[in-house]
Amino acid sequence: MTALLDINPLLDELEAGLRDVLERRSIKNPALIGIRTGGVWIADILNKRLGLKQDFGELDISFYRDDFSRIGLNPTVTPSSLAFDTEGRDIILVDDVIMSGRTIRAAMNEIFDYGRPASIILATLIDLGARELPIQPDVVGKVLELETYQRVKLRGPEPLRIEFQETGQ
Amino acid sequence: MTAIDPSPNHLQLTRGGQLRHFLTLDGLNRELLTDILDTADSFIEVGERSIKKVPLLRGRTVVNLFFESSTRTRSTFELAAKRLSADVLNLDISTSATSKGESLSDTLLNLEAMASDMFVVRHSQSGAPHFIAESVTPGVAIINAGDGRHAHPTQAMLDMLTIRQHKRSFAGLKVAIVGDILHSRVARSQIRALNELGAEEVRVIAPGTLLPRDVEDLGCTVEYDMIRGMRDLDVVIMLRLQKERMEGALLPSEREFYRLYGLNQDKLALAKPDCIVMHPGPINRGVEIESAVADGPQSVILNQVTNGIAIRMAVMSMAMGGQMAERQQKQMEREGGRA
Repeated sequence: MTALLDINPLLDELEAGLRDVLERRSIKNPALIGIRTGGVWIADILNKRLGLKQDFGELDISFYRDDFSRIGLNPTVTPSSLAFDTEGRDIILVDDVIMSGRTIRAAMNEIFDYGRPASIILATLIDLGARELPIQPDVVGKVLELETYQRVKLRGPEPLRIEFQETGQ
Repeated sequence: MTAIDPSPNHLQLTRGGQLRHFLTLDGLNRELLTDILDTADSFIEVGERSIKKVPLLRGRTVVNLFFESSTRTRSTFELAAKRLSADVLNLDISTSATSKGESLSDTLLNLEAMASDMFVVRHSQSGAPHFIAESVTPGVAIINAGDGRHAHPTQAMLDMLTIRQHKRSFAGLKVAIVGDILHSRVARSQIRALNELGAEEVRVIAPGTLLPRDVEDLGCTVEYDMIRGMRDLDVVIMLRLQKERMEGALLPSEREFYRLYGLNQDKLALAKPDCIVMHPGPINRGVEIESAVADGPQSVILNQVTNGIAIRMAVMSMAMGGQMAERQQKQMEREGGRA
């Protein structure tokens, strides 16, 4: 069974939360980085909504995953692409879903290999909890608590939609 | 009598079709070759960062086991392993235990006892990396860095990456390999890769004395006259002429070879205007190639060097990843068997 979750209120919440954080921290010129693939779609939308003039960056964390020693290399790696200098920049790191926190850890490790940012704000569309590492988003669109038989999946980019699946177990 | 499997893939691929060793291009299909090129493409970007490292092989030990000297290939393998965060041991064979009478098997056992995870092997004997892969402990990946006249698969793949960068696709390409085909392990691997990736024509251009018997069986056409052979080419790959062989009966002189088979601007003008010029290095200027061509706008020789690191990073991480995935699979099977 598949149900759809309306994405627009989540994006509104994310945008408002980010504006609030940026204002509180007096950050004028942040740079967005989306984690492939869902995070890139969300970063694209947020980049337009926040009116940022600079292109957002795209991060592929395949070379930084901590499960390489168990499952090997992701066969669909594409190069990360950051068209700006991260050194000393305020970064907004964007992903579609946060769960264990391992993806974000890998993404931050990779960002630091490009240079030392001044700060990183973490924005995720959906927070599923189930954290295995002490990493928390600064801004979320929605917190969801799923049962073990439930899944949530962002599909896109056109149209961008959230599928909420129940396996029926 | 049990038939010997002519395909090396029972050795170099996992049951799931992933690399676990990289010994030869024979038997590897277009999909896997394309995966290697795509992965290498991603690694090129790593070389452009301020910190040129990724943590994929952190804590792993890579041993460069060079029984035959090669500064360039060894350096690029070393740099590739270090960019993957591996610890690298360069074994100088001339001062190693093998020169004191220790057998290859005993040397390998000792290296394995040091918990090595990967051997990069160059050897003057064809098949040496294959032999090592058969005898090594499970979990240790073997990468062929050139064996005898047999194969040099990472060199061929870095050439394929360079061609793809400049020509986008292999479809419809006419590629010539010029020079000492007879002694070249690179040429064999290049011909194999170009055919598998879909090049329209692979042409070898050389005097008869520098061509292997039945060379067409490798999957190429033969041209003895370079003036005729240069026509319609998209890519020309010059091979290094090993000067030590000039003194033998194979060729009359360097000057004669250069006149007939050396690449100069006049000969290059016979190819397509956007034909790229490649050379695996080190270049013998004025023997295989004129300086004006080697340093000219159609030369992609230095791109090949850069791509060499990326290809070696790709192959090393894919082979190590295959070993890991296989170990995980076997562990799951064991646990499943106990349940």
